[in-house]
Amino acid sequence: MDMPTTKKKLGIKERYALMTRGLDWETSYQPMDKVFPYAQFEGIKIHDWDKWEDPFRLTMDAYWKYQAEKERKLYAILDAFNQNNGHLGVTDARYVNTLKLFLNGISPLEYMAHRGFAHVGRQFPGVGPRVACQMQSLDELRHAQTQIHSMSNYNKYYNGLHSPTEMIQKVWYMSVPRSFFDDAYTAGPFEFMVAIGFSFEYVLTNLLFVPFVSGAAYNGDMGAMTFGFSAQSDEARHMTLGLECIRFMLEQDPDNIPIVQKWIDKWTWRGIRVLTLVAMMMDYMLPKKVMSWKEAWEIYFEENAGALFNDLARYGIKMPECAKQAFIDKDHISHQAWATFYQYSGISNFHSWLPSEEDKDWLSAKYPDTFDKYYRPRFEHWEAEAKEGRRFYNTTLPQLCQVCQIPMIFTEPDDPTQICYRESDFGGEKYHFCSDHCKHIFDDEPEKYVQAWMPAQQIYQGNCFPEGADPTAPDFNAVEEVLKYYNIHNGRDNMDYVGSEDEKNFAEWRQTSTKN
Amino acid sequence: MADNVFIAFQTNDESRSIIEAILADNPGATLDEQPAMVRVVCPGRLTINRESVEERMGRDFDLQELQLHLITLTGNIDETDDAFTLAWRN
Amino acid sequence: MQLDLRTVTIKPLRQTFSHVARRIGADKAASRYQEGTFDLQATMNFHYRPLWAPDYEIFDASRTAIVMADWYKLLDPRQYYYGSYTLARARMQEAAEADFALVEDRGLADSLPHAVRRLAMDLYLPLRHLEWGGNTNCMSLAAYGFGTAFTSPALFHAMDHLGMAQYLTRLGLVLGDEAELTAAKQAWVAGPEWQGLRKYIEDCFVMQDWFELFTAHCVVLDGLLFPLFFGEIDTHLAAQGGGAVLSMLTRFEAEWFIDATKWTNAVIKNAAGESAANKAQIESWIGTYLPLAQAALEGPARSAFGAEAPAVIEQLTEQFSARLAKLGVSTAQKG
Repeated sequence: MDMPTTKKKLGIKERYALMTRGLDWETSYQPMDKVFPYAQFEGIKIHDWDKWEDPFRLTMDAYWKYQAEKERKLYAILDAFNQNNGHLGVTDARYVNTLKLFLNGISPLEYMAHRGFAHVGRQFPGVGPRVACQMQSLDELRHAQTQIHSMSNYNKYYNGLHSPTEMIQKVWYMSVPRSFFDDAYTAGPFEFMVAIGFSFEYVLTNLLFVPFVSGAAYNGDMGAMTFGFSAQSDEARHMTLGLECIRFMLEQDPDNIPIVQKWIDKWTWRGIRVLTLVAMMMDYMLPKKVMSWKEAWEIYFEENAGALFNDLARYGIKMPECAKQAFIDKDHISHQAWATFYQYSGISNFHSWLPSEEDKDWLSAKYPDTFDKYYRPRFEHWEAEAKEGRRFYNTTLPQLCQVCQIPMIFTEPDDPTQICYRESDFGGEKYHFCSDHCKHIFDDEPEKYVQAWMPAQQIYQGNCFPEGADPTAPDFNAVEEVLKYYNIHNGRDNMDYVGSEDEKNFAEWRQTSTKN
Repeated sequence: MADNVFIAFQTNDESRSIIEAILADNPGATLDEQPAMVRVVCPGRLTINRESVEERMGRDFDLQELQLHLITLTGNIDETDDAFTLAWRN
Repeated sequence: MQLDLRTVTIKPLRQTFSHVARRIGADKAASRYQEGTFDLQATMNFHYRPLWAPDYEIFDASRTAIVMADWYKLLDPRQYYYGSYTLARARMQEAAEADFALVEDRGLADSLPHAVRRLAMDLYLPLRHLEWGGNTNCMSLAAYGFGTAFTSPALFHAMDHLGMAQYLTRLGLVLGDEAELTAAKQAWVAGPEWQGLRKYIEDCFVMQDWFELFTAHCVVLDGLLFPLFFGEIDTHLAAQGGGAVLSMLTRFEAEWFIDATKWTNAVIKNAAGESAANKAQIESWIGTYLPLAQAALEGPARSAFGAEAPAVIEQLTEQFSARLAKLGVSTAQKG
């Protein structure tokens, strides 16, 4: 036997190939299609998993080393921020409401992403994508946990953050982000990769993390800035995985192209609808604003995703049709969403408020074609009402779109004065949608979307009252009972910011810090 | 004109050297500074050379250390021991 | 206006999240492990059933025969959440890296007697495939298990197995070259001494009950395999003239097993302690898999110990039975 005395140094690609691809084998005691039972049913054809190009080549030892370094930094900053009562240094306690949306609506999705990537990280027959998905699964657990840990201290001092794991499963508007992820998780593994790995990570998360987190920094929240940017440093790997996965499917077989295009269309729209919440956070909820939703959309979607779709054009992939509507909607959705949450503040787990004079002028400047014409009058009307002691609370839940589960608040693309309604019949029932694109998604898979747990219907069916509630009792107050089921503390977590406990405490605590 | 690629970093001392290296090695690159972050934008293609970064940091630099400071990027990635490249292929 | 925020003493409205307070009491602050673990997994109001498993909800406790009133009783005594896990592994990684560097820089592999070096490669390199199999199985646990208390450490376990497959690959590149890795794969796929293990692992790949899979792989197989390879075989190779060199190249695996056992022990103890039915089920699984694992390990054990192999395995089995007995689980064959 020859023992080589001097060895050639392996390059990163060769070395990584040995560390991953070299590990698997063709099973023979059990058939491969029993070992990987979900690889075929979606109709995606893969002929050679070895054609997969690994985008980032992290072995586990390097992963532990770099990620531990990130964690050390993150927790050191968090500890310092908390020890110094950093929360009192944010611009205004209104800001904390963005964290409420984040912790309740987004962190649980990180957890779902973790479990979803664990599933596809088990099921893909190819080693390259499997390992990349496994690392992403681990990263996503990181994101869920670092977000919880970052906001844990806020929960000690502010309302509405106390029950994120429960509220994501119960509160009416939470079904928007939740159904998005449940939808992706329950799809096949390839569709999951297009949904989360590509549309969500590559096309959309920049909009969630980058301008919003930069906004958190701008508003003095070191904690959120740290977890946000630290999470985003993993996203660079995730985005690359998503893009590689798309390219891999497209290159493996031309029959995959229409399937992939269909998924891109569907998931871009599903993602755009969820981002409505982020649009509202940026335009209305950050006391100091970094950029408008529209500007962020133009940079991160129109320019960036535009470049991406130009790149994918060689495979025959086109920019999704829904981008045309999104191009129009960018001028409207943040205003429509905030106007909705303003009305439904009585049954939500965060506060809403009317934009100040300064806010309104900023919105006019950023949205010259729409704000003054369509939205300023509405806010000014509510302002006049509030001054008269008639702060408007709507407690009748509106109809929800069967697919995105957002109330019917969006307007016709060609007429911003008309609410857009679409419907389909299936199995003798009528189903309602907010847009052509949501209707289209439903029509393609009605058996799936009829299963949706629709919060408004669930309330009407009596499924959202606490145990022991008696709807036939003469003094039964449905709204109060629903709030109890949601674990929303009535009068503390909900209603207008003005007059809230958060507002009062923040002012008092800040006072203390300037006096002896 | 080619579509832009970009890469964004947290603003800190190490990323300062990385950004200087990028600006020196990629003539079309421009900076977009945002609160707590900086985005480098470049038409078509952007390369980070290990040696360039090392010169500026005054120490050995493994390109995988980029992981520590990165916020986001776009474009197709090609990573070797010596260079990290982002590019659109159109 | 300058704020001096440090000087402010303000009373918190609450100590922790309500779902955590329900478990630990509302009057005390919770640990990062507790806040990062309790109830993270959804349990109700799921929107759709998986297209790929329509008989189940997205997360479904009925995927195993084990029944727990509260799945968050299966806590990890190491209290790993992502941060504490990666820090713990980074420390192990740093030590392993230093050992690899020393062996490589000083050319210590060349000091090994030829036969020892050969035997080490024959025994350790095919294991990288088994470790990859361990990764696959633990990914199933992370994906289809129930409750974050169990599924998070299961994912950590899966990534650890991948890491160990990679350390064994590096060991191969230190002791030999790429051709050795190819030869080892051939041995794994076709060498008679490895077929028992390969069959055991492939049968695990298709197991439907995740707790059964956990028992078969993480408890029974790893419970014999790690002490065999990174205990007995390591000692044997050292005594044959390997000195500390091979132990340095496998220290991660040896340290890992000690750490991992804390978790697997706690899961078995708490699940078996929950009910007589759980205990009986776990004992029945162990009754099935222990003899299979013993038989599967005989091939590689024979390469190291020849005719003494059965005695070595018997001794490891006794240690294993003693370990399980402490957890309240009997490995005695029934019926």
